[in-house]
Amino acid sequence: MSELRYTANTSLEQLHARYTGTGHADTTKYELLTNQHRDTLSSIVGHPPLLAYLSIADGECQARERFEVLERMLQPCGVPPAKTDE
Amino acid sequence: MHLLNLTLQPATAVSNAVVGSFSGKGQEILVVHGATRLEILKLNPSTGQLDSICTSEAFGTVRNVAAFRLAGMTKDYILLSSDSGRLSIVELVISPTPHFESLYQEVYGKSGSRRTVPGQFLAVDPKGRSVMYGAVEKSKLVYILNRNSEGKLFPSSPLEAHKNHTIMTNLVGVDTGYDNPMFAALEIDYGEADRDPSGEAMQTTEKYLTFYELDLGLNHVVRKWSEPTDRRANLLVQVPGGQNANTDRFDGPSGVLVCTEDHIIWKHMDADAHRVPIPRRRNPLAQRGETSRGLIIVAAVTHKIRGAFFFLLQSEDGDLYKVTIEHEGEDVRAMRIKYFDTVPVAMSLCILKSGYLFVASEFGDQHLYQFQSLADDDDEQEWSSTDYKNNGDTEGPLPYAFFSPRPLQNMLAVDNVSSLDPILDAQVVNLLGNASDTPQIYAACGRGPRSTFRSLKHGLDVNVLVSSGLPGVPNAVWTLKLNEEDEYDSYIVLSFPNGTLVLSIGETIEEVSDTGFLSSSPTLAVQQLAHAGLLQVHPYGLRHIRAADRVDEWAAPPGTTIVSATTNPRQVVIALSTAELVYFELDDEGSLSEYGEKKSLPGNATCVSIADLPEGRMRTPFLAVGCDNQTVHVISLEPDSTLDTLSLQALTAPPSDICLAEIFDTSIDKNRATMFLTIGLLNGVLLRTVVDPVDGSLSDTRLRFLGAKPPRIVRSNVHGSPAVMAFSSRTWLLYTYQDLLQTQPLIYDTLEYACNLSASMCPDGLIGISGNTLRIFTIPKLGEKLKQDSTPLTYTPRKIVGYPYAPIFYTIEADHRTYGPKAIERIVSEKKAAGDKVDTSLLELPFEEFGRPRAGAGHWASLVRVIDPLTNDTVQTLELDEDEAAFSAAVCYFERMGGEPTLVVGTGVKTTFVPRSCKEGWIRVYAIRDAGRTLEFMHKTRTDDVPLALAAFQGYLLAGVGKSLRLYEMGKKALLRKCENTGFPTGVATINVIGARIIVGDLQESTFFCVYRSLPTRQLLIFADDGQPRWLTSVVNVDYDTVCAADKFGNIFINRLEERVSEKVDDDPTGAGILHEKGFLMGAAHKTDLVAHYNVGSVVTSLNKVSVAPGGRDVVVYTTVSGAVGALIPFISNDDVEFMTTLEMHIRSLNTSLVGRDHLAYRGYYAPVKSVVDGDLCESFNLLPYPQQQAIAADLDRNVGEVLKKLEQLRTGSVF
Repeated sequence: MSELRYTANTSLEQLHARYTGTGHADTTKYELLTNQHRDTLSSIVGHPPLLAYLSIADGECQARERFEVLERMLQPCGVPPAKTDE
Repeated sequence: MHLLNLTLQPATAVSNAVVGSFSGKGQEILVVHGATRLEILKLNPSTGQLDSICTSEAFGTVRNVAAFRLAGMTKDYILLSSDSGRLSIVELVISPTPHFESLYQEVYGKSGSRRTVPGQFLAVDPKGRSVMYGAVEKSKLVYILNRNSEGKLFPSSPLEAHKNHTIMTNLVGVDTGYDNPMFAALEIDYGEADRDPSGEAMQTTEKYLTFYELDLGLNHVVRKWSEPTDRRANLLVQVPGGQNANTDRFDGPSGVLVCTEDHIIWKHMDADAHRVPIPRRRNPLAQRGETSRGLIIVAAVTHKIRGAFFFLLQSEDGDLYKVTIEHEGEDVRAMRIKYFDTVPVAMSLCILKSGYLFVASEFGDQHLYQFQSLADDDDEQEWSSTDYKNNGDTEGPLPYAFFSPRPLQNMLAVDNVSSLDPILDAQVVNLLGNASDTPQIYAACGRGPRSTFRSLKHGLDVNVLVSSGLPGVPNAVWTLKLNEEDEYDSYIVLSFPNGTLVLSIGETIEEVSDTGFLSSSPTLAVQQLAHAGLLQVHPYGLRHIRAADRVDEWAAPPGTTIVSATTNPRQVVIALSTAELVYFELDDEGSLSEYGEKKSLPGNATCVSIADLPEGRMRTPFLAVGCDNQTVHVISLEPDSTLDTLSLQALTAPPSDICLAEIFDTSIDKNRATMFLTIGLLNGVLLRTVVDPVDGSLSDTRLRFLGAKPPRIVRSNVHGSPAVMAFSSRTWLLYTYQDLLQTQPLIYDTLEYACNLSASMCPDGLIGISGNTLRIFTIPKLGEKLKQDSTPLTYTPRKIVGYPYAPIFYTIEADHRTYGPKAIERIVSEKKAAGDKVDTSLLELPFEEFGRPRAGAGHWASLVRVIDPLTNDTVQTLELDEDEAAFSAAVCYFERMGGEPTLVVGTGVKTTFVPRSCKEGWIRVYAIRDAGRTLEFMHKTRTDDVPLALAAFQGYLLAGVGKSLRLYEMGKKALLRKCENTGFPTGVATINVIGARIIVGDLQESTFFCVYRSLPTRQLLIFADDGQPRWLTSVVNVDYDTVCAADKFGNIFINRLEERVSEKVDDDPTGAGILHEKGFLMGAAHKTDLVAHYNVGSVVTSLNKVSVAPGGRDVVVYTTVSGAVGALIPFISNDDVEFMTTLEMHIRSLNTSLVGRDHLAYRGYYAPVKSVVDGDLCESFNLLPYPQQQAIAADLDRNVGEVLKKLEQLRTGSVF
């Protein structure tokens, strides 16, 4: 561990709070995937043609599709893994 | 390779619509098409139709729109949120021509539709004081909308209202009157759920209704109030509120309606909630033990009338509910809900004050309805919150409320805006044979029961009123008014080779003989001359019929005849066979006086033309003459220079006809109509040049090939504005639409001649001759580039396949979450057998309007249909088994079938998408009989996954089943699997065959180049792939080594295989070399190179390589899910490439996008643009102010006219 890690940390934490979804050295696979899924889901909602495409495939109306996609953002990759003591 | 992207038909899908008074005069509807194009629609009260006033491409993804009005103003501004990371405010400016003007663009975040960059939600304070931009997660920005000292709009710097770990579902402005502005949001916090491994927190996470208050005094935003609400809340609706300044009465209780699954809740800070159930249809197919899903509200609109208000809410079934709130001051007494009517499911609903409802349906045509009543006192059941305990605000759901849907009762459908979206598959072929010189587009459009199969032809639709036979073959037809002030025409004059026939228009059309016209010779021209005179020009002279008993005659000099004549109400010019021109003008006494001298010409005149009399003037200044020595002369008619030649133009062929007309075109002159000279040449080419209004010089010549016949040209009028018609093998119309000159063919029989007809039965008609028939017709809608004919389909079309030997198409249709007729029958009979009462009335309503009863995931209804695209008829339909859905189809040629075409359909049973699974897959084989018109089921073969792609290959069938590509041979009872390759990463989505080469598109991993080798064993070998991941939707071969493909994110790209690799593979007969080559980058040994890349902005659903213009080169035609049709055109010369790229660069730097999106970033959304020029952007050169046009043109070393000409040439040379 270098000294830098401790000194840089203070501003890093601030930056992380500011830029949601930014990774760091200790990002777990679950966090990474969850972030990626949330990004994807919000991108689907943010591009109306893509949302229309999905709603046609799914046989739902666009408003329902948008709603379900947004709801999925709560926990897109299932329950977080239990913390293990290292 | 360099390509030019041009849109042939812009997107029609509506992603948003708002109503407002954007022009400041009356109400308009702003519609966002396909998330990129803004259009203003205005109701035309006389026709009851929606007219498009102005459209503009945004070159960015528009995510949300709102209208707002600053205090004390009479017009609404347009507020846009987009993927540009900017707040954009746009104004509609009406004069001189309607257009959008960007007022304000303020950067607040990164570009792109990102999770934490505001723009997904947009809420405006109803008093226009502030606006909130919300992101899907965390960020919210509030702007205060002010005016600066000059009265210009001036938004403040943004105030933040961020909250981490918060996902927003909806945002709305709260009506607080003139109190501090408030915004209400539905929020969910994922912080807890992310930390709790037991999953309990996720279950107990609540959704909050939060009110944010903007304190105008302190200039900051506070989270005023937050309270948990229903977890499944999806939509907020503003409720009127605030005190009326004059009467002190409250306009409403304020607060919001929270729409959740099955319930609607009225909520406000510190007030008791009211809750009512959303009435639902009784599902006759609901089975015991089946849990039914809640019903959500998808669209809502609030309407205020004379101090009262009501809401119309629409459920996902399309049912509209009327919700009313009874209140005393700010206290709600009761909330009521009742069923109103059923309309197609909408993206947005707009109510116009004049009593119309605009339904911007999410797929397919948009509709306009007129209110007949507001259902104030009908016998429809009403549910009130007071019927329930504690006004319905209790734990747990309220008991279900049921209603029966019925045909429209309170509204009347008045207009229908045709829309292609979504286009799910399309083929571009010419099925009309010799009757058409261009291919047609056959598209499978729509979703669910409102799906259609449409054939699109380039040209304007014609509505035929009369077609009647004539005694001979006339060569011209005119209509005449008897008097200048007459509203309608009285005579139809027909000129035959040996005589003239005059018909009078009255109750019936009949021949008259006492008109004073010479009937024994043909006629060259007729004209109604000032006040009450009539003029006939025949080969031997002029007859001026001034009254029934007074005829002035002028005879041609002996030995000469008149070859051509042109007239307007005050001027007449005739050309004599001695190459002389004679000019007449009406004098003060109303008689025609000949100009002193004749004008002699260098060659025989073949055609002459003068323009119509300009409004309020005595004469038109120019005469145009076409001579047989291949020249055109412009001659002055002004008093001081009468019959002086002003300018001359040499032609490439003798002129067949000529026409001068004044037509408005804003790209040439923004203030007044431009004088156009249209020249038809004997070789079928039409020239269009601009006549300088001062010196008569000719400039800006445009060429267009019309058809094989030498064109005749006529000045006419369509929809009240001047136009020019040219008659060749097709009839072409030059007219102004949205202030630009358009040249379009009519889709109608070949016409010899036509002119305007104004009669009481058709005030804006045209009368024409075709062979020996007289035709009366109208052009119902201008500006539509493609004429559509549609055939209704039953379910969502998935793919269309053509029969190779006759004009027949096979469509496969499938609807998810739907029961097919067999399933319905089974369920109904099972329920009846179990003794349940089944109300089948819902199943008897037309599905197109009411939809089908909803089923759970994994239930499918599907069929195969045979369509005759020429008559728009369904020839045969074959329903598939229960829950079996067709996904792919191909026409194959099997040896066992004697090489005859056979239809193969790939299906899946109980397919679900989340998770991706199916019970089993089938490949069905149908024999084709009866010249393609009949399908006969032969056998089906089971597969372990859904076959998503099928293709014919050298007498075999290639099927993409899951991750494998398989080769099947036709067997007696089933298909026989010969070999397979299971090396595809995600799933085979497309298969294209070119010669012995197979190009396989993967669902996520782009294209794979494969070959088939039968020695020593049968093998399908992958020898090249793409280095980039691509989620493919469609692939087409451009040539043997090149593919053009499109992905789910709207990219179109072209990949090319190295020629060396291509040759090496073809020279390897056993495939041993390929098999033992070392893989590269964890894939095949060779990689394709990216040649071109471009983002279209919408999901591309089909690609076709075809030549679209007569004699044009092959282009790639694409269709999108938003209903757009476009083309990628290869450039021929490097000069063109350089010219267009420089032009594009210049226009790009002007940053014309209304939403402020950087054009290069938009077209390079996911990967940088490569070798493609955006023709749509370049064509916006037309709309730039003249100084800017001049500056750009100067940089290109050309003048403005040349740039415009080049742009037009590039379009008309390859497409339309």
